[in-house]
Amino acid sequence: MKDMDRAQVPGEAVEHTLTFADGTCRRVFVTSVETPYPHGKLIVSRTDTSGVITQCNKSFVDMSGYTEAELIGQPHCILRHPDMPAAAFADLWKTVQAGRQWHGYVKNLRKDGGHYWVYATVVPNVRNGEIVGFTSVRREASQEKILAAEAQYRSMN
Amino acid sequence: MTFNFSVSPSFPNERISDWYIFNTWLQRALSLPIHLELYDSFGTQRAAIAEGKVDIIYANPFDASLLVREKGFRAIARPEGQPDEMVVITAAESPFKEIPDLKPGARVACSDDPSVNTVGRILLEPADLNAANTVEHRRETYIQVAREILRGEADVGFLPVEAFEALSSIVRRDLRVLVTSQVHVIHHVFLIGPALSPHAEQITQLLLSMHDTDKGRGILEALGARSWQAVQHEDVEFMIDIISTLTQ
Repeated sequence: MKDMDRAQVPGEAVEHTLTFADGTCRRVFVTSVETPYPHGKLIVSRTDTSGVITQCNKSFVDMSGYTEAELIGQPHCILRHPDMPAAAFADLWKTVQAGRQWHGYVKNLRKDGGHYWVYATVVPNVRNGEIVGFTSVRREASQEKILAAEAQYRSMN
Repeated sequence: MTFNFSVSPSFPNERISDWYIFNTWLQRALSLPIHLELYDSFGTQRAAIAEGKVDIIYANPFDASLLVREKGFRAIARPEGQPDEMVVITAAESPFKEIPDLKPGARVACSDDPSVNTVGRILLEPADLNAANTVEHRRETYIQVAREILRGEADVGFLPVEAFEALSSIVRRDLRVLVTSQVHVIHHVFLIGPALSPHAEQITQLLLSMHDTDKGRGILEALGARSWQAVQHEDVEFMIDIISTLTQ
């Protein structure tokens, strides 16, 4: 995955280097700007079994700041925010690969270095008894739940 | 053998006769005896499904999940461009301006429509409201849900967009929409059961070309649809996966 483009990130930003489970790294630039979750909407995407985005809806595109063409074919961790503990995603993968549903609060990174919070649910797509991919649906979380998740993740990092 | 057709009770009452007209058209076009049975609640319809009394159904997305995954039904068509959306309403004069203004103990008026109630509950989550910290007022019809709000007996109510728009302008004037769902990905579908499988192709083609004739277009219009469009099995599986994330 390509590093973030500093020119796409307006204003002051902090540089981080993320290391993913497969050992690859990505340089990202993070601002403190939060984009509010759009009321009433669901953010929906699908990935293949290795986490590569195969389908996403308009809300996913709008909130990410990327174009659909920039997202399809990319690993889902293109949205990984450095404030998210690696353990949360390890738990996600372990759960869904075992054929079970995972849910949790996630802080996602936008193309412009800002972020948005979601309550995410990920389910395995089981067809003829086999997992062929994963569907992720995010919805709006309450401020109280976001604050609690923020504190928990800070203690894990 | 007479086949049984049913329609999810999520449509406005004034469309009852239009569904009978649709059924007459369907029977004639297929040269098959089909009996239309409309149920006045989701519960009675589910009981009929469980007893194997339904062969073809225009199902809401939640019942579609059950029918496809557990009863061997197959999706054949869906209305063009008509995802199922719903509104959370309150009284025009209520102090609630947005969902986070609602507090535990809020009174929620709703019907027994599983799609509308599930999405409605999700839209209350930003206020940290759930079934345990709200008081649910279950009513039989959408009109009764609106009436609860107008009388001040409930703080918010759940209605399908279509039912809200079907309310008279006088009623709507005294109501306010707090939020409208924009889920986009769940919708009603026509499903056929195992007994009608040999006729699946014929029924599908008939529905997909319904808008090609004046008669068909007239019936579609009365039902609030423009045309039926084909549904791939994987589209429905995807919809069911999404629904499963909403019902946890």
